[in-house]
Amino acid sequence: MNDQILQVNNLKTYFFTASGTAKAVDGVSFTMNRGQIMGIVGESGSGKSVTASSLIRLLPKTGSIVDGEVIFDGHDMRRIANRELLKLRGSEISMIFQDPMTSLDPVFKIGDQMIELIRTHKNLSQQEAYRTAVEMLHLVGIPEPESRMNAYPHELSGGMCQRVIIAMAISCQPKFIIADEPTTALDVTVQAQILGLLKKLRDEMGVSILMITHNLGIVWEMCDTVMVMYGGTTVEYTEMAQLYANPLHPYTWGLLDSMPRLSAPPVEELKAIPGTPPDLRLTGGCCAFYNRCPYMREICAKEVPPLVEVEPGHLVACHRQNGDKTLVRGEVNQDD
Amino acid sequence: MADIDNEQVIQVLKTILKRLVQLVPILFVVITLTFVLTRMIPGNPAAILLGPQASPADIARMQEELGLNKPMLEQYVNYLTGISQGDFGKSISYNRPVLSLILERLPATLQITLTSMVLAVFIGVPIGVFSAVKQYSAFDYIFMILALVGVSMPIFWLGLMLVLVFSVKLGWFAVLGMGSLQNGFWDVVQHMVLPVVCLTTIPTATFARITRSSMLEVVNKESIKALRARGIRESLVIWKHALKNALPPLITVIGMQLASAFSGAILTETIFSWPGMGMLIYSAVFNRDYALIQGAVLFIAIIFVFVNLIVDLIYLVINPRVNYEGGGTP
Repeated sequence: MNDQILQVNNLKTYFFTASGTAKAVDGVSFTMNRGQIMGIVGESGSGKSVTASSLIRLLPKTGSIVDGEVIFDGHDMRRIANRELLKLRGSEISMIFQDPMTSLDPVFKIGDQMIELIRTHKNLSQQEAYRTAVEMLHLVGIPEPESRMNAYPHELSGGMCQRVIIAMAISCQPKFIIADEPTTALDVTVQAQILGLLKKLRDEMGVSILMITHNLGIVWEMCDTVMVMYGGTTVEYTEMAQLYANPLHPYTWGLLDSMPRLSAPPVEELKAIPGTPPDLRLTGGCCAFYNRCPYMREICAKEVPPLVEVEPGHLVACHRQNGDKTLVRGEVNQDD
Repeated sequence: MADIDNEQVIQVLKTILKRLVQLVPILFVVITLTFVLTRMIPGNPAAILLGPQASPADIARMQEELGLNKPMLEQYVNYLTGISQGDFGKSISYNRPVLSLILERLPATLQITLTSMVLAVFIGVPIGVFSAVKQYSAFDYIFMILALVGVSMPIFWLGLMLVLVFSVKLGWFAVLGMGSLQNGFWDVVQHMVLPVVCLTTIPTATFARITRSSMLEVVNKESIKALRARGIRESLVIWKHALKNALPPLITVIGMQLASAFSGAILTETIFSWPGMGMLIYSAVFNRDYALIQGAVLFIAIIFVFVNLIVDLIYLVINPRVNYEGGGTP
């Protein structure tokens, strides 16, 4: 039995703008199994959202996939016809966006939007689709689903809207859900509910979920595997447990240091990573992180670090972490 | 289903009622202003009526007959009293009650203004949508340049050019008048073409431009991307979802254009000798026919208010976030 649902090989998505070519995703590879939750972590502009959108070819006009392979459940996503792609979107693969308030159409009732989606993908009558929609709303824990069917999106809270969106996402029994920062726009208490709901979907329906987030805390809680992205490339990719026990890339350390912790003493300041993410039109030819990295060496500015398996199942792209030489977190850079 | 729709019906009724109440002060102001302004037009109606050969004594007698020698305030009060009883006064140049003159001419004006509005919507809106969807394409560039020319063109110049080219030079269409159904349907159409083209051009261009800019704002929204991510057909994404989201500014402009089509009709009807309200107002001003000017302006003001009411009601239906009680979008 084939357990693998998604295989991404050397994906490159570039944006062609008047001021140059932005290499938003520059050679990213990963695989996902059925029922797995994978996290992609990174700052804004690291290419994580573009990676997710590339999987279903949902790119703006200026962007296009220039190289690589995306195989979803036997479909070559780069080559299938648009009509086939539309059939997959929303049925086999669902996507949940960051801001629930803006990802529903504000001028149509929730019920109408759900019925439209269900009837696009399934051969059901209006009544059957209505019943399915109500059932889905019930499933995601929306009270009084029948009356919510008649509500407009602005009449619901953000958390409720995100539940509606999740209800829509699962209404055609997808195999795969892309969740692009699904809780970023929500209150912390609501965040936990939504994450719990997504986890339940995986446990009960066996859906694979790709979580895009900048919050490592969410990754700890949810994911089986995790990929850390920076400047359009993978800098670290491994099992969750391994990253938790032994994070190896300096950028991952930076992300960990910049996470607020309740247990930290009150006087301890958060350590932000100095500098800003690189201009994606200028990346390539060096380590994208070198100018912000406290462990930088001469080679980092000259060569792109290869993604190396430094221990079984743990890939890291860092000149100073390639198996033989191991850098210790917090080690003072002797060049300085 | 029922509870929310009932709420909407109540909203609609409330809006109508509110507008009707607002109508009273609006009409009062319009009546007063037109009354004062018409009397500020230089020229004496009695003198114009009697022609250049009339003697001062004749003019004075005529003035008395028309009630124009009474104090202004008295004339004003008389006029208001008349209106409150449904009497809009008598036209001195036509020697007939104003109201019946207006009602007689109104259908001709509606015939060309409504036709041109419907045409403008059905031509302008699709052009705007295609231009937005194919932004920066040849289609977009060509039609937006045409639209720019369209909105910049003075209507009287366009009318004269149309007459010159299509009637005088090419002889394709009739120059003057309405045509009659007795001469067959084609006769009516043939007479309508040029005035309708004249009245359609500016609104079409305006609608195309507004639709394009409003659509451009909408198609980059997250909700549209989300629809595509859900596998909804592109035609539905654009023509059902995006267009409905883009409607509010368009509805406003359609309302404004419809109302201003009535004033545009004054020029158009005069150029094409189209016997509608526009020609009536033109001749009333020319003859200093105070009662007729006032009556016609009042009538157009009422049309303005009702068009606005309809626009607001359409808002209520297409945009669920509008709540007039709360005072706009939350």
